Amino acid sequence: MVPLSYYLLLGGILFACGVAGFLIQRNIITIFMSIELMLNGVNLSFVAFAAHWHSLSGQIFVFFVMVVAAAEAAVGLAIIIAVYRTRETLNVDQVNLLKL
Amino acid sequence: MISVHLILFLAFGAVCVGGAINLLAQTHPINSALSLIAVMAALAGEYLLLGAEFVAAVQVIVYAGAVMVLFVFVIMMLNAGAEERTNGSRVAILLGVPGMLLSSILVAWVLLRHFAGETVAAGALHGDPATIGQLLFHEFLLPFEITSVLILIAIMGAVVLAAKPPTSPAVGPAGKVD
Repeated sequence: MVPLSYYLLLGGILFACGVAGFLIQRNIITIFMSIELMLNGVNLSFVAFAAHWHSLSGQIFVFFVMVVAAAEAAVGLAIIIAVYRTRETLNVDQVNLLKL
Repeated sequence: MISVHLILFLAFGAVCVGGAINLLAQTHPINSALSLIAVMAALAGEYLLLGAEFVAAVQVIVYAGAVMVLFVFVIMMLNAGAEERTNGSRVAILLGVPGMLLSSILVAWVLLRHFAGETVAAGALHGDPATIGQLLFHEFLLPFEITSVLILIAIMGAVVLAAKPPTSPAVGPAGKVD
């Protein structure tokens, strides 16, 4: 038996690490990975609440979050490739113009 | 009373938190990607502890497998090197760090207080593929079909965005002006 709050705390820690990474990292790919980390933290909370409320809907939601995350990763990485092609850099500090 | 469930939870949780912190600490994106894979694999273990078999399998196959392979592939294709750290503003550090500590202590206190005494047993909710599929194709059929359209749009968007831009007439592929 593990308290429900432990699972929620672990999810919160992962989400906080994702937010911190999003803010302090300067590489656009690492920033993108931080977003995935946030999604994973939320997924853990979903599964923990699903077990707590005895409802499988939470696990279905995780499935949908994963689908959206996969779509987001595909499109986001394509955008990163396009950015690198035009700017020749992955540092977000140097990507500060909408139009070259 | 320390049960096996709690020990396994703490072990997987330690891997999760360690991987997440390592993701922040590393400067090279490939190291961050590998630590993120460790986080996702450990999270699959947590899902198994909660009885979510299908979610754990999908986590390993889709997340740790497909998505992270895509990340590693892009990192290697773009030959991303170690990033250079820039110093953030002093106000952000002065206000941000105490604010973060305060809010995290507050959230932890509320969670521990509000859900005090509520525990989750190992495998509390059995989410096997048959049951999940039954739900997915009856109760959640419309969202499921909509996500298939979303995936289709994402595929087309990724191909369009990552495709080579049409070469301008001035610099042709063979270097001649046409």
